[in-house]
Amino acid sequence: MKRLFPVLLILCIGMFAYAPFLIVNAPYESTMGLVQKIFYFHVAAAMTMFVAAFTCGIASAVFLFGRRPGADRVGFAAAEITVLLGLIVLISGPLWARKAWGVWWQWDARLTSTLVMWLVFQAYLLLRRFGGPGSDKLSAAVAIFGAALVPFVYWSVNMWRTVHPTTSVVPTLDASMRGPLFWCFGAFLCLFLLLLAARTELQERRARLDDLYLALEDS
Amino acid sequence: MTFLATAALVARKDLLVETRSREVIYTSLLFAISCMLVFAFGLVKEGRVVADAAAAILWITIAFAGTLALGRIFDRERQNETLRALLLAPAPRAAIYVGKLAGVLALLLLVEAIVVPLVVLMFDAPLFRHAGAMLALLLAGSTGYAAVGTLFAAMLARSRSRGALLPVLLYPITVPVIIGGVRGTAALLQPEADMVVARAWLMMLISFDAVFITLSLWTFEPAMTE
Amino acid sequence: MDFRSLTFSGVSRNFGRRRALSSVSFSAQAGQVVALLGANGSGKSTLLSIAATLLDASSGEVRYGSVTAREGGPALRHRIGLLGHELYLYPELTAAENLRFFGDLYGLDRVAPRVAEALALAALADRADDPVSAYSRGMRQRLALERALLHEPRLVLLDEPFTGLDDLSAMALRDRLSRVRDQGAIVILTTHELEAVDALVDVAWVLSRGRLEPLAAGAGSLRERYRRQVQA
Repeated sequence: MKRLFPVLLILCIGMFAYAPFLIVNAPYESTMGLVQKIFYFHVAAAMTMFVAAFTCGIASAVFLFGRRPGADRVGFAAAEITVLLGLIVLISGPLWARKAWGVWWQWDARLTSTLVMWLVFQAYLLLRRFGGPGSDKLSAAVAIFGAALVPFVYWSVNMWRTVHPTTSVVPTLDASMRGPLFWCFGAFLCLFLLLLAARTELQERRARLDDLYLALEDS
Repeated sequence: MTFLATAALVARKDLLVETRSREVIYTSLLFAISCMLVFAFGLVKEGRVVADAAAAILWITIAFAGTLALGRIFDRERQNETLRALLLAPAPRAAIYVGKLAGVLALLLLVEAIVVPLVVLMFDAPLFRHAGAMLALLLAGSTGYAAVGTLFAAMLARSRSRGALLPVLLYPITVPVIIGGVRGTAALLQPEADMVVARAWLMMLISFDAVFITLSLWTFEPAMTE
Repeated sequence: MDFRSLTFSGVSRNFGRRRALSSVSFSAQAGQVVALLGANGSGKSTLLSIAATLLDASSGEVRYGSVTAREGGPALRHRIGLLGHELYLYPELTAAENLRFFGDLYGLDRVAPRVAEALALAALADRADDPVSAYSRGMRQRLALERALLHEPRLVLLDEPFTGLDDLSAMALRDRLSRVRDQGAIVILTTHELEAVDALVDVAWVLSRGRLEPLAAGAGSLRERYRRQVQA
């Protein structure tokens, strides 16, 4: 992972630098005009957030059942990134909603699901911080549960909301919009991998530091 | 000892302990009633309850009382470190989880046996019109809630800040249970009960139970060994 | 499954940056009483927890005979008995119910006669149907000991069993443990009551900030030897 870091960094910067050009040149959406363009980052961040959440869940499973401490470091990094991306989604969403439909929050299925997932992984981080010894295994269980929760939350919140008619969050995607969206998704994925690599490296160094402290105590 | 025999033994022991002290059932019941009262102040307007509020009050009360009961049950185990003694036994550790789950579920259902009639009376909600469907929803929802709650409460039993962390962990994960329970109950409370919708929610709750009980059985042992 | 020795090889355990045990190695045989001495916080309880399979070692290996904890699985736990600080008793249940529950949990045959025998050994037969919450500390400790010994474990681990015991009770405990040792068990106990265990102990180890050393042989009582070693 470490060797890829400079490559990822350049790729990431490049993709984010080019993204605005793609977005500007993308067609205007009929009803919402300029405001709709926030969707390229908003949706890309949301998709990446779920990638991060699943990464955390899988890494946690490997840690809990396979007993690999490296997996725990990846899981922790992924959880932090999930929370970060979730925050981006939860801030850009209301900003868009306010401009487009006049209300900050209308409990639409996707934003609400994101909020629930954000809470789960935020709970993971809180447990890590305040749970005391042994909380690495406990939070791994929480992450696995969180990852398994995704389909249930999505289904139930969707069902909850579609009994009443609601404005659609994502209009049916025009072909010319797909390009920029996937570009932004790629950019966010690069960012995810970049942050994952950096954060995991930091955790590894912390572990090595702990080992040094222990070695010092031994001598 | 076989898996089920162990689970039954642990559950029976829990029930015996609880019938002797009755602490958790009394406090949970009283808490549930206070909870309903507090909700009433917010949701009852001019003597009539806001639409669908009865369903919400029922399930939120169950959730809150459940959290209280879970906390107390595992605090009690922690005080005498009997959880350690259970884990030390040659019995399969997942069986201990199942036994504890059965005890928690029994307690939760007992609380509901009092709370549900009270909601019917205090909020004029015809919950028994479709008693079969209502009972199925209560059972499926309570099982899902208790399954996740028992695992988390057991895991947190030895942590610091366990009192604050249990709700923080439990509520987001049991969101589908709350949604399913409330919306399913609300569908049954309609003047023309929407059985199709209620059944859909029931199916979701049952699959939630299946998935999360399985996950709990897998993760209990690795999560409980330090 | 059975074993006749417990072996720790280079076992270390840390909690984050805090080293609780540092490369601990020793071997205890059947028919031995091993005393683990050391100041508070020296890692004695951690060592017992690892021996009881409740805690994993951060590094190193623990073998029961030739088998590790993971290989032994639940069957191994059948041969281990642990008595901790907190006694592991349900205060709402009676002595008889506590013993019966653990007897059933361990899948013992002839639970009722064993329970009766255990109550007699703990001198609690006449109070058997009182809830444990009504017991004095001494009575609870006697009951807790019999609970730990109910399934006739090969490895008996006791965390400060002599704490708070009066003279008579300490003598009774010594006799009980002596008999258990003679029946072939490996008894490992931690204690501060060095006078109480002096006559009982076969081997003594000292844990000092996570490191294990044998107690130097020499003249004098256990307490005198311990003081000499610790102050050296």
